[in-house]
Amino acid sequence: MSEQVEQLIRKEYAAGFHTDIESETLPPGLNEDVIRFISAKKNEPEWMLEWRLKAYKIWLTMEEPEWAHVHYPEIDFQSISYFSAPKSYEDRPKSLDEVDPDLIETYNKLGIPLHEQEMLAGVAVDAVFDSVSVVTTYRAKLEEAGVIFCPISEAVHRFPDLVKKYLGSVVPQRDNYYSALNCAVFSDGSFVYIPKGVRCPMELSTYFRINEMNTGQFERTLIIADEGSHVSYLEGCTAPQRDENQLHAAVVELVALDNAEIKYSTVQNWYPGDENGKGGIYNFVTKRGICHTRAKISWTQVETGSAVTWKYPSCILKGDHSIGEFYSVALTNNYQQADTGTKMIHLGKNTKSTIISKGISAGHSQNAYRGLVRMGSSAAGARNYTQCDSLLIGDRCGAHTFPYIESAHPSAIVEHEATTSKVSDDQMFLCQQRGLDAEKAVSMIVNGFCREVFKQLPMEFAVEAGKLLEVSLEGSVG
Amino acid sequence: MLTIKDLCASVEDKEIIRQLSLEVKPGEVHAIMGPNGAGKSTLGNVLAGRPGYEATSGSVDFKGQDLLDLDPEIRAREGLFLAFQYPVEIPGVSNMELLKAAVDARRSHTGQPELSAIDFMKMAREASKAVDLDQSFLKRGVNEGFSGGEKKRNEIMQMMLMEPSLCILDETDSGLDIDALQVVAKGVNAMRSPDRSFIVVTHYQRLLDFIVPDYVHVLANGRIVKSGDKSLALELEAKGYSWLEDEVA
Repeated sequence: MSEQVEQLIRKEYAAGFHTDIESETLPPGLNEDVIRFISAKKNEPEWMLEWRLKAYKIWLTMEEPEWAHVHYPEIDFQSISYFSAPKSYEDRPKSLDEVDPDLIETYNKLGIPLHEQEMLAGVAVDAVFDSVSVVTTYRAKLEEAGVIFCPISEAVHRFPDLVKKYLGSVVPQRDNYYSALNCAVFSDGSFVYIPKGVRCPMELSTYFRINEMNTGQFERTLIIADEGSHVSYLEGCTAPQRDENQLHAAVVELVALDNAEIKYSTVQNWYPGDENGKGGIYNFVTKRGICHTRAKISWTQVETGSAVTWKYPSCILKGDHSIGEFYSVALTNNYQQADTGTKMIHLGKNTKSTIISKGISAGHSQNAYRGLVRMGSSAAGARNYTQCDSLLIGDRCGAHTFPYIESAHPSAIVEHEATTSKVSDDQMFLCQQRGLDAEKAVSMIVNGFCREVFKQLPMEFAVEAGKLLEVSLEGSVG
Repeated sequence: MLTIKDLCASVEDKEIIRQLSLEVKPGEVHAIMGPNGAGKSTLGNVLAGRPGYEATSGSVDFKGQDLLDLDPEIRAREGLFLAFQYPVEIPGVSNMELLKAAVDARRSHTGQPELSAIDFMKMAREASKAVDLDQSFLKRGVNEGFSGGEKKRNEIMQMMLMEPSLCILDETDSGLDIDALQVVAKGVNAMRSPDRSFIVVTHYQRLLDFIVPDYVHVLANGRIVKSGDKSLALELEAKGYSWLEDEVA
């Protein structure tokens, strides 16, 4: 993948929810002036700038965490550019013919329609194509229901009270090194508010917010589900996303007020690097939700991309009878490394959590599950069930499990099951004897292994996720 | 259909099949019998191309092609089917999913259009009925939690759907009670046709009461030591294998 094409991929599509920024790029480096610049570019109110600066000061006092089971060269935070405007319309490829054929081939394998390919590849299309009208109808329908779904940069202006109240309320500025950095320099992201008692009429998808793809390396998402409301949110898409920014440090905060329910599904397919482990994104994400009384948060993730993944979508089960769920498929191939899992913090009475994690390692990759289940001293009658399965393909990869269980209440029940298995020669031969080639056989076996998680995904996402695994596993056999 | 000439084959560098020759014509049913360790299962696995089962010399012609030159999945798509002695479980992959992919692979290889999901479902239901498996088995994970008999019947169901030209049954009767044995035999007999051949590998004569072979071969020490018609199977049942081994020695 040439650098040129990678640049093309991260370009902004000039329609839809367009963020107004001039073509300007900051030189590498991070200091207070850079943060002031970013804030000024977004025309932010003073309180937002102060919040960023406070986070920056905290970040300066922190150290990069080293406990994860991943290895990568030291990141020079002064060599990163923290604000880069998208390329101008004229500089884009004029048609798909000008885009790297390898990328087009992958799109085709995933069955991505032509129009969407153009959008993903950042092709400059003059005609207003389908997705724009889709976006418009989509927005109108949401407004009718009173649902707010907009870029967080817009929410800062339009809904300052909500943003002030909830931003940083679940993942505080000093939570961890990367979240502190994100607080200081976040570029953009989604803001969602579902009013009391409203069931969001459709699945919210970043897919429909085209400029989401260009929000860069420090994405910030805040979702608030007011009392008794319900929302399902889809993040990412199965198409490979390329980005010249090597470091990604996103923060996602979910707030589920009493009796609310949030279902958050992610397909992460950032560039994983080549088959020799060169290049690829470092994905250091902090995702956390808080559940008030009888609320429910469900995380479902399919992680196939990035060179290094460090990610633990978590639930704070604060309210009594609240429920947290985590369903995960993490696949690593070639030289990818993933350290991912969840934290379930039980504070309320009779809180329940379920963790189903499926890790698949192929090639020379390393795949770790790291999960914390904490039963607080007030968590009477709390329950957790954890099932953590690893599947190995070949004999050069690694699977690791790091479960942490802390129980401070005698009536809390924690169950943990873990298995490690290999794709066996017998299974492969059975499939081949039925006419399937080796790659199809592996992808079928792996898909079967992930079934429990895939069935949690919205239907069309589940089909895409299956295809995605197939593409991601290419070259893992034979 | 199948012509094996002077085939030698090894598993982990140990020679198991020694200069075996066999001719199977379209429509014929050949039974391969023999004592444990004679190389019966090895023969089936070598023909199907199982990794680790290496043909070291000799030739195998399958419908005019050099079989040994083909990848295992191509052999399958060409119509060679092996019903496994120990069918393995594939958790989470439904029987339907595997079968649809298998049938599609075979059909597209032979230039036929893929079946629609509805047509396939119809076929699959009929096949499950024919082997006395409840339709729920179609939705279950491949062999996942199946009993021994259910696994074997599942193999026969797969065989029916794949419509192979050469069926190799590797000790399909082992572990079956008499009722299941009859179901399996009924399925096989229903598939007999002038352009389909069978190699039935078995230790016991019992299966051959139900699937009546045209030829019976006795395999010992990696070679065919005696061939005959179905009466040979009865003779073996009465006298055991040792007299043949002695004879050869």
